Amino acid sequence: MPKITFIEHDGTVHEVGAETGETVMEAAMRGAVSGIVAECGGSCTCATCHVYVDDAWLARTGERAPDEEDQLDNAYDVRPNSRLSCQIKMSEELDGLLVRTPSYQGR
Amino acid sequence: MLDTTNASTIKTDALIIGAGPCGLFAVFELGLLDIKAHLIDILDKPGGQCAELYPEKPIYDIPGIPMVTGDGLTKALLEQIKPFGPQFHFGEMVQTIERIGDPLFRVTTDAGKVFECKVVIVAAGGGSFQPKRPPIPGIEAYEAKSVHYAVRQMEQFRGKKLLVAGGGDSALDWTLNLAPIASHLTLLHRRQEFRAAPDSVNKMMALAGEGKIDFVLGQVSSLEGADGQVSKAIVKRNDGSNFEIACDAILPFFGLTMKLGPVADWGLKLNDDLIEVETASFETSEKGIFAIGDINTYPGKLKLILCGFHEGALAAQKIHRYVFPDKKLTFQYTTSSTSLQKKLGVA
Repeated sequence: MPKITFIEHDGTVHEVGAETGETVMEAAMRGAVSGIVAECGGSCTCATCHVYVDDAWLARTGERAPDEEDQLDNAYDVRPNSRLSCQIKMSEELDGLLVRTPSYQGR
Repeated sequence: MLDTTNASTIKTDALIIGAGPCGLFAVFELGLLDIKAHLIDILDKPGGQCAELYPEKPIYDIPGIPMVTGDGLTKALLEQIKPFGPQFHFGEMVQTIERIGDPLFRVTTDAGKVFECKVVIVAAGGGSFQPKRPPIPGIEAYEAKSVHYAVRQMEQFRGKKLLVAGGGDSALDWTLNLAPIASHLTLLHRRQEFRAAPDSVNKMMALAGEGKIDFVLGQVSSLEGADGQVSKAIVKRNDGSNFEIACDAILPFFGLTMKLGPVADWGLKLNDDLIEVETASFETSEKGIFAIGDINTYPGKLKLILCGFHEGALAAQKIHRYVFPDKKLTFQYTTSSTSLQKKLGVA
């Protein structure tokens, strides 16, 4: 079971086990990561599951999809390593993934 | 008895707050029982989350429909409730609900409309969709005066230096509409590409090409000003460097988010921001006020559209007693009842 480490804006650290194939957002919901809101439930339509992927993992998490890039317009403080966590699917290769949550997801 | 009669008061049997799938289907269940309904929604269109969050995304758990999009479901529900002539009030939010009878309510909206209804059905989903507030330090202080998340009156921006932020249709539409009356307008967006309609983007680029507006890449990081009046925005470029944009007013358009809103002020018993109901009729702690769909809670509650449909059907039975206290309700099927088929316009 690949693990994800979430570091929240306030420094709280969560380590969550993810099923292969589920999204980083889904794992965050199960792990009660409060910095992820996921208002739309994973439809890529709300930009409230914004995360910063640690630079060491950027290449492995892949590129933003076009609709994800569009949705990031509705996020704040978008950086080169910004992703919507509902669009990153977990695999064994991502075991140990490190992401940080922004200070604010829009509500 | 209070005198509530007012020429402009809209009278109806049932007032449904929220025109999402559950609110729409409630019109059907009420209509079969001859109960007329008006619906109010803060969005400018029907469908609720189906319209706002996933119009093009597939839904797989509507009974009997293997797959339908949010938009498709909304259209089908509108078709289904057409025989009952529901009246819609879009772009409005209910502010107050006042009990004036047993049950009878006076309901007011933020647009100043006044309704008098026998029952209220709260089908408000996750609350009301409201503009996202950017997490810019101290932005609250400017909100009443110089930071606006919606344009109510264009004239207030005449002759002003405007900063519009965002890349969707709202940002582009208001850029195009306000450019002719502003003394100067800057559109700020984080990237060169836009998700807004290509036609609007082309028009905006043309204006920028003619030097009539500025189109700038970056994101607002802080504001400067005094007494609620902004004077400039500090903007971060994508390379991390900063620059300033002088402005009298800022219009940020970063999409919508669901907020509970005034629901909390209606005197209903809440549990973790959800309205408690009893499960025989989905009536709330207040006689005559019902709650269906995602906004309610009860033991075993599931936030599924199909559950909201069921809740609306049961609520309608109890509502019939309030609207027609002297009439006995006989349960009938649309398949076999000529009376119901006449109401549906098929008999």
